[in-house]
Amino acid sequence: MDVFLQQVVNGVTLGAVYAVVALGYTMVYGIIQLINFAHGEVVMIGAMVAFSVISALAPSGLPPLAVVLLGTGFAIPVCMLVGYSMERLAYRPLRRAPRLAPLITAIGISIILQHLALMIWSRNILAFPQILGTTTYFVGGAAITNVQIAIIAICVALMGGLAALVYRTRLGTAMRATAQNPQVAGLMGIDINRVIAATFVIGAALAAVAGVLYGTYYGIAQYTMGSVLGLKAFSAAVLGGIGNIPGAMLGGVLLGVVEALGAGYIGDVSDLCRYGWIAALMDVRCADGGHFILFGSEYQDVFAFLVLILVLVLRPSGLLGERVGERA
Amino acid sequence: MRALFDTRGHPALVWIGTALVAIVLAVLPFALASIGTTWVRITNYAILYVLLALGLNIVVGFAGLLDLGYIAFYAVGAYTYALLASPHFDLHLPFWAVLPIGAAVAAFFGVLLGAPTLKLRGDYLAIVTLGFGEIVRIFLNNLSRPVNITNGPQGIARIDPFRIDGLDFSKYETLAGVFFSGPIKYYYLLLLVMLAIIVLNVRLQDSRIGRAWEAIREDEIAARAMGINTRDMKLLAFAMGASFGGVAGGMFSAIQGFISPESFVLVESIMVVSMVVLGGMGNIWGVILGALLLSFVPEILRWTVEPFQRALFGRQLVEPEVIRMLIFGFALVLIMIFRPAGLLPSAVRKRELAASAESRLADVRT
Repeated sequence: MDVFLQQVVNGVTLGAVYAVVALGYTMVYGIIQLINFAHGEVVMIGAMVAFSVISALAPSGLPPLAVVLLGTGFAIPVCMLVGYSMERLAYRPLRRAPRLAPLITAIGISIILQHLALMIWSRNILAFPQILGTTTYFVGGAAITNVQIAIIAICVALMGGLAALVYRTRLGTAMRATAQNPQVAGLMGIDINRVIAATFVIGAALAAVAGVLYGTYYGIAQYTMGSVLGLKAFSAAVLGGIGNIPGAMLGGVLLGVVEALGAGYIGDVSDLCRYGWIAALMDVRCADGGHFILFGSEYQDVFAFLVLILVLVLRPSGLLGERVGERA
Repeated sequence: MRALFDTRGHPALVWIGTALVAIVLAVLPFALASIGTTWVRITNYAILYVLLALGLNIVVGFAGLLDLGYIAFYAVGAYTYALLASPHFDLHLPFWAVLPIGAAVAAFFGVLLGAPTLKLRGDYLAIVTLGFGEIVRIFLNNLSRPVNITNGPQGIARIDPFRIDGLDFSKYETLAGVFFSGPIKYYYLLLLVMLAIIVLNVRLQDSRIGRAWEAIREDEIAARAMGINTRDMKLLAFAMGASFGGVAGGMFSAIQGFISPESFVLVESIMVVSMVVLGGMGNIWGVILGALLLSFVPEILRWTVEPFQRALFGRQLVEPEVIRMLIFGFALVLIMIFRPAGLLPSAVRKRELAASAESRLADVRT
């Protein structure tokens, strides 16, 4: 099996999910320049609701696909409601406050959502019922499952749908106008509050789907899953250029691939025994094909943060971003 | 309220007030010990949080740089102490040597974080610091292989307590007929350190450096135009804030005797941020109040809510830990909406908020 190709396949799958979550960050940022820190928690709520529905319906004898779709169907409106209330209660009152204020309420919302989820779904790691039968295909030395193909296909469809919404519909035009200049957009008869709320709600719906996909891909969900996932998706949005929708998609997929390749190769690369002279210098025993691995795949989560820091330092506007993220 | 604290023209009142506070602080541990030694311990941890909140206040309150990974410096201080004074490497340096080393190492990490992020705007900086905090924790968790440095998730145990000559802070003692338990001795030590750090903070705020930070927070470009070296000043804020965190971490190590990466999770960072925000960013007394409130209220709830739930429902419905976190969450949201300058706002912050409300009315976008 080809390790490189395999890691790319895994990375693209994960990256597609990151991209869908990143869209939520980037849309909100594009319109009101707010980092919706609690977006990751919406993903978590989506996964949790879907978990409850799927576990409840799994023994009912319905076709597995219908069960998963029903789970998603429940998760989406719940998340939309969460997204809307979040905007209405925590961000709208602060739209004119200094910009750190909404960031701090976002942290508060994130804590509240996490611990409400803890109360409802306990602190245990919940195992998603594996009702979808997995078939594995082999393409050029890499294994790809039907679930992975479905995830990639759904994410691509969602991104396409969102692009159509933003660039082809009245609401999308209103969103883009608000992003350019909320005051003038308001003067043109656009109800800015409604547009901003719609942005949050659409982002939350995407997050719900992403939550279900993430949950079914890894097979687990926990009340803490949102924060790291959210951070990675945010890194993806920044990598692509925050506020830029195609950028979020590109950033998500790239970040997924970087993470998968990083986790796949860091052990080999940091094995001192591969570099005879360093091993000799440090007096490391490498006899009989021994290894002296400095960093293993448990450092996987570090890559997203490193990418984030590197992008912000070297190219704050991201890959596709045109706005330079200097100061307010 | 203001008239009550207005001591101008009454210097005697200042001395009487100071004496009263001193007496209360001196007697406090014995009063608490009579309820239970746990409460002395809780007070000690509350003081540690005050130290942390004061350190973070330098970065967030004075210089206006939101740091969401502050607990990393606490961790660095704690691990420095643990590695240099425990059987893990069989090093047993005295605490008066280890604490400054811990502060220095933490300051180094502060600069390490500050240097690449100098140009970032507030909200980006917050996310990067958060990532930094996570990276530090991931390293602490995994640096047990191939060479065992941090002992991984198991953490480091049997860390040396503070010792001065024969005086061991972990053991009880009877001096002049008064019984001093370990936690009570630590209480006095922590109190001394806290007072020193408060004095340092008050002096720092009104110093040239403090005013430079304030200028940077208000308007970085204007500050630069006024001849302030913004780069050095921001790095100094990071380094100083971090070194306070490092000292607090070292003391935590010594008091606890055991540390593991579990103690340095993201939630802890957020807790310290909550304390600073709740009390009032930039106001030293406000920050202290915030730290004390958020340390004690959850503990008091822990002792009241649980029996209350049992009495009412016959079982525990909501864990105290969850209630504690929900309080943090709601405190952050409500404070930001209804009292954005905190419980005890700093004078500058008040002015700033009033000004920004006016200017934002004129122009929604900045």
